[in-house]
Amino acid sequence: MKFGVIVFPGSNCDHDAWYAVRRNLGHEAEFIWHDSKNLGGVDAVILPGGFSYGDYLRCGAIAKFSPVMSAVRRFAAEGGPVLGICNGFQVLVECGLLPGALIRNRNLKFICRPVRLRVETTASPFTAAAEAGQVLTLPIAHGEGCYFADDRTLEELEAEDRVAFRYVENPNGSLRNIAGILNRERNVLGLMPHPERATEPLMGSSDGLVIFQSMVTAGVLGR
Amino acid sequence: MSAITPELVSQHQLTDAEYRKIVAILGREPRYTELGIFSVMWSEHCSYKSSRLHLKKLPARGERVVQGPGENAGIIDIGDGYVAAFKIESHNHPSFIEPFQGAATGVGGILRDIFTMGARPIAVLNSLRFGPLDDTAAGARNRRILQGVVSGIAHYGNCFGVPTVGGECVFESCYNGNPLVNVFALGVARGDEIFYARAAGIGNPVIYVGAKTGRDGIHGASMASAEFSEESKQKRPNVQVGDPFLEKLLLEACLEAMRTGAVVGIQDMGAAGLTCSTCEMGSRGGTGIEIELDRVPQRETGMTPYEIMLSESQERMLLVAEKGREHEVFQVFRKWGLDAVTIGVVTGDGLLRVKHHGEVVAEIPNRELADEAPLYDRPHTRPFRKAPAEAPPFGSRDLSADLAMLVGSDDLCSKRWIWEQYDYMVRTNTVAGPGGDAAIVRVKETGTSLAISLDGNGRYCYLDPREGARLAVAECCRNLATVGALPVAATNNLNFGNPERPEIMAQLVEAIEGMAEACRFFNTPITGGNVSLYNETLGEGIYPTPVLGIVGLLKTAKPTPMHFQDAGRAVVLLGGLGECDDVRFGSSQYAKVVLGRLWGLPPALDMDYEKQVHSAMREIIAAGLAESAHDLSDGGLAVALAECSFGPAAVGARLSIDSELRPELLLFHEAPSRILLSTAEPARVAEIALRHGVAAPVIGTTAAGQIVVVNRGQSLISYSIAELRSVFETALERKLSIG
Repeated sequence: MKFGVIVFPGSNCDHDAWYAVRRNLGHEAEFIWHDSKNLGGVDAVILPGGFSYGDYLRCGAIAKFSPVMSAVRRFAAEGGPVLGICNGFQVLVECGLLPGALIRNRNLKFICRPVRLRVETTASPFTAAAEAGQVLTLPIAHGEGCYFADDRTLEELEAEDRVAFRYVENPNGSLRNIAGILNRERNVLGLMPHPERATEPLMGSSDGLVIFQSMVTAGVLGR
Repeated sequence: MSAITPELVSQHQLTDAEYRKIVAILGREPRYTELGIFSVMWSEHCSYKSSRLHLKKLPARGERVVQGPGENAGIIDIGDGYVAAFKIESHNHPSFIEPFQGAATGVGGILRDIFTMGARPIAVLNSLRFGPLDDTAAGARNRRILQGVVSGIAHYGNCFGVPTVGGECVFESCYNGNPLVNVFALGVARGDEIFYARAAGIGNPVIYVGAKTGRDGIHGASMASAEFSEESKQKRPNVQVGDPFLEKLLLEACLEAMRTGAVVGIQDMGAAGLTCSTCEMGSRGGTGIEIELDRVPQRETGMTPYEIMLSESQERMLLVAEKGREHEVFQVFRKWGLDAVTIGVVTGDGLLRVKHHGEVVAEIPNRELADEAPLYDRPHTRPFRKAPAEAPPFGSRDLSADLAMLVGSDDLCSKRWIWEQYDYMVRTNTVAGPGGDAAIVRVKETGTSLAISLDGNGRYCYLDPREGARLAVAECCRNLATVGALPVAATNNLNFGNPERPEIMAQLVEAIEGMAEACRFFNTPITGGNVSLYNETLGEGIYPTPVLGIVGLLKTAKPTPMHFQDAGRAVVLLGGLGECDDVRFGSSQYAKVVLGRLWGLPPALDMDYEKQVHSAMREIIAAGLAESAHDLSDGGLAVALAECSFGPAAVGARLSIDSELRPELLLFHEAPSRILLSTAEPARVAEIALRHGVAAPVIGTTAAGQIVVVNRGQSLISYSIAELRSVFETALERKLSIG
């Protein structure tokens, strides 16, 4: 399976995602530059963490105008799996592929630490290989990761089983402890924690692998 | 143009003798722009004119050293065809004036020093000094400076995408008016892809890349070479503003441009900006450089040659490309959306020739400007100290309460509040992050990891600069040994007061000599570093604070944790209980925190024994015998024991000791050469220790949930871990939330 890792100017977890897929998952990965108009036939897209375009104005706000995002939108509309991690999640929210917003952490500070999150649904191509209720330990590293949405959106997410992950101990003030959500079609996932930073024992946890493995399984079945 | 008057010369902080030397070099009066150029290049910050003579005493060569002092960073061979480039640098003065931007641009500057050599930065550490957070007069300002500095470092490093993996943070009243912000960075490159800051090849184009030049930071280098007074706050415009996003683009673009093979030499524009980069590249290459300022990308209109040459705008680089291949370089920078403009050419006449609207505004020989700065053998007497030699009478009423006071003190409490604001794991190389003895980052391309430790102890150095510097080297190496690494090379940041005062100069000289001796002994040559003098405000100097950064090598593997892992294990004090008397106890954290005093001498160091402890420790780790290991330093045995117990498993220990020392000393003295470890195989540990000639008494057993110390049947300390840990974990945040 081939993963495409989008590289915006200012992405800085692009290499980590590439490394996790290539070395620790054992699948193909290639970088896609932000001014690409197509995705070159990849099977899944990763929007990595970082500070796309410096995150000026608002996190992810400028990235949504980049040429590659039109291609990503088309890819998602055709059912292709899109995984947005950290800044990638912020970009997905900014460009409307996912609802809600990510605002500054409740303590107004950048927080880097491993956190525990619970898998809330296994009905997605990103979590199918996990067990319902399974608790994963993944690092967070963000200043603006507090998930925010109006009540109606939150109710809708809950009703449609689209909350993919919840924090066991809420680090940033996210409403309803939300750490990651799915789109209605369930082929787009955004989450603030970094699964790519937990893909081998030396990183302190391998719990993130289950997300990538789920994507591989879904990709194989989908074919 | 202004005429050169004596007032103008003195405003540029040049002495009469220095001015005469300028006239002799030029064979005429300098022009105004030339005066500015000389003044920054010959500032203390850029020329090391007070320290150079003594810096030569430091060992700079070693089998792994590829590049010693004199380049943007030192380089060592780390095996398998790879090298590491690293250096430490201070941004003390700017951080006092504007903490956030001062610290942020400090990070930016040292990162450029690393990637200008072709190395991708993979780790940053910092060494910070502030005034006490609860100081009655200066506490509020100290808290604001700490918060500003930490957010500045976080802002720059996190966005750039380099992990901040460790450091140290110490508080003393002497830093009230003069905080220290020393930033260390390390990068990795292939051994055959190193780049140097040399302008070679007559006729080759000189290319300016990165951010546009503005009026910010003019005379930053001179500012960093003077004491602070009440007017210093008005120097805020001298502090530059950093843009980590731009720096990230510059990093990627520079590394990509280097891969084209069209880059001949490259240097960042840091202190003294365009001036420093042009004349230093020319001097190193033995060439001349001619530039036309009209071509320099400018952020503001109407900038004078003086301003353009002296601007310290951030995120700029100067490179020399192979003639005819400029377009390859331009193409890369265009891709990253950065300015890249040919502003001049390498010449054969050895001169820095600066033109503005076609007219020559400066013409100075590169070598004389860059390398022939005045050199001072400043008078030095006995090191300044104002502390009694003898110990006052003291005695503890409650040793458990003393321990709680220590683990909750500014220096020893958990710094989690600080380091959780740093992304310490981006790039997924961090094997051991902040909070331990040494940070470890792996090199993914090879099976090797690099361990890094920063250390410096101002109290020790104040009491005895020579011994204090030796102790700093020893502790750094011990930290590396504790994680199983072999120390191989060092960088230093010498933070001192006004060198024109003989008793301060003496501190500098003695510290350098002590450091030289220890670095030679531990086989850790100094491959570069930084000197920061004039750290004084209103005549009040800081403690002499030399900071060491030492890099060690080890095989990539799961690290040995510092925390006890399991109950029922033997606790071994490798190196033994150590010796101390009342006089040497005066430099300890106990004297500082519990007694509020400073007297006597730093702990005694036996370097031979210290080294034996290190090799024993490395062998114990290599044999897989240490379940945990943590070195003894500030706060001595009791604080180390507490720190080992603060792990997630909450495993402590019951120690049963047999010592003649009085309890305060036994628990809290800071004799070096000691490491606390836990093991399931004490006999094998003892066998290794014996072979290295090192004492290794079993002093207790790990136990769940508690810390107990008994000496000769007398109970000294008894604490539940949960209670003590909460003091340790919450102290910093509690202090920061005052008013």
